[in-house]
Amino acid sequence: MSVVELRAAVALLGRFPALSGVDLMIHAGETVLLRGPNGAGKTTVLHLCAGLLRPESGGVRVLDHDLTEVAGRRSVRRRVALLGHATGLYDDLTVGENLRFWARAAGLSAAEADRRTDEARSRLEVPVRLLDQPVHTLSAGQRRRTSLAALVVRRPELWLLDEPHAGLDQRGRDLVDVLIGDAVAAGGTVVVSSHELDRVAALSPRTVTLAGGAVVDGPSTDGGAPQ
Amino acid sequence: MNTLRTVLRDARLVAARDLRIEARSRVVIDQILPFAVLVLVLFGFALDADHRTLRTFAPGLFWVTVLLSALLAIQRSASLDSADGTGTALRMSGLSPVARYLGRAAAVLVQLLVLEVVLVGGLVVLYGVSVEEWFLLVVAGVVAGVAVAAAGTLYGALASGLGARQTLLPILVLPVLAPVLIGATRAFDDALGVAAVDGWAWTGLLAVAALVLTVVGASVHGVLVED
Repeated sequence: MSVVELRAAVALLGRFPALSGVDLMIHAGETVLLRGPNGAGKTTVLHLCAGLLRPESGGVRVLDHDLTEVAGRRSVRRRVALLGHATGLYDDLTVGENLRFWARAAGLSAAEADRRTDEARSRLEVPVRLLDQPVHTLSAGQRRRTSLAALVVRRPELWLLDEPHAGLDQRGRDLVDVLIGDAVAAGGTVVVSSHELDRVAALSPRTVTLAGGAVVDGPSTDGGAPQ
Repeated sequence: MNTLRTVLRDARLVAARDLRIEARSRVVIDQILPFAVLVLVLFGFALDADHRTLRTFAPGLFWVTVLLSALLAIQRSASLDSADGTGTALRMSGLSPVARYLGRAAAVLVQLLVLEVVLVGGLVVLYGVSVEEWFLLVVAGVVAGVAVAAAGTLYGALASGLGARQTLLPILVLPVLAPVLIGATRAFDDALGVAAVDGWAWTGLLAVAALVLTVVGASVHGVLVED
């Protein structure tokens, strides 16, 4: 079963073309690495799959939602987790308040939100003492872990991870790899955009190379060969 | 019925989040309230500390001060969803735009009511005003507050989406709130006993405006923040 289906997908950022006819099929349970140089369109593909961008033309189906329609884009978002460059955390709330807010926003009861918050905190090894600490007092790495934990509480079906290892220490990077492995083991699908090719290669992903807003075959222009 | 319950639950969640952030950051207490009191004092200076003139114009001065201060509260509130990817995270969260709108408007309303209470105290102390109809004053204050919060939340989201909220918000929202200013001033004329008008009739009109603005805001907000 295909989870992501892009057919000649064209997307604009403002007036400028960011994707110029991308064809991409991703099946359930797959781990896919998007690679390519800066400006290749990796982040745009992730945002398109997350339902944050309206395709200009072409077909985009994600988790059986037609993302050319407003209703499809709105519906798919609650089933997808997107880790971007920003944390998506409220600076003046504590780590615990942030995690519980995003868990409750996903429709969980208060008790379930508390349970999943604790579970996510534990999986990302966020120290208990940080739960009562405002986010603005955290280091960049701690914020990143908290941001990942906020996605874990939602248990999404499709993970879209944009440079997930960025800003993390060695242990944090290992935890991201475990998280990706666990997500796939649980039947989820993971799409990773990364320049850390060696690390992501260890997760045995299918590699898709982008350049100039399109999927390309052959050697990429970011220094390595596609697998 | 289930949908309504979910919307109200989510609206409470959003309102609690905004009020918790306000309680931590104390922007209203430490910055907006002093600004509002300062405006009342400046009006006093401008009118040459003539208590008779100040009492006559107190209702209008009160509501002009409320509107100016409300702009700051609304800008602050709208900015919460543009910091560090929180707006994108909200779009991905599954929270309905209606719930987000109602929750935010409720939080702004609470802040406005605190502001109004302090400013009524300011009218009594600085302008020597006496309240003749407390019940009318309270009802008109709450209803006008709902109208200001409803319009402000909607236009705050609009200005935020246009990326120029610092300067654009007053230009967008003040014309819409001009009728509310007129109605609220007339109702306060009666409540403070400075003019022989039917304050309850004006309060009725304010209630209609508040209802219309809330319904329009809840209906349109999704288009502004989701797509």
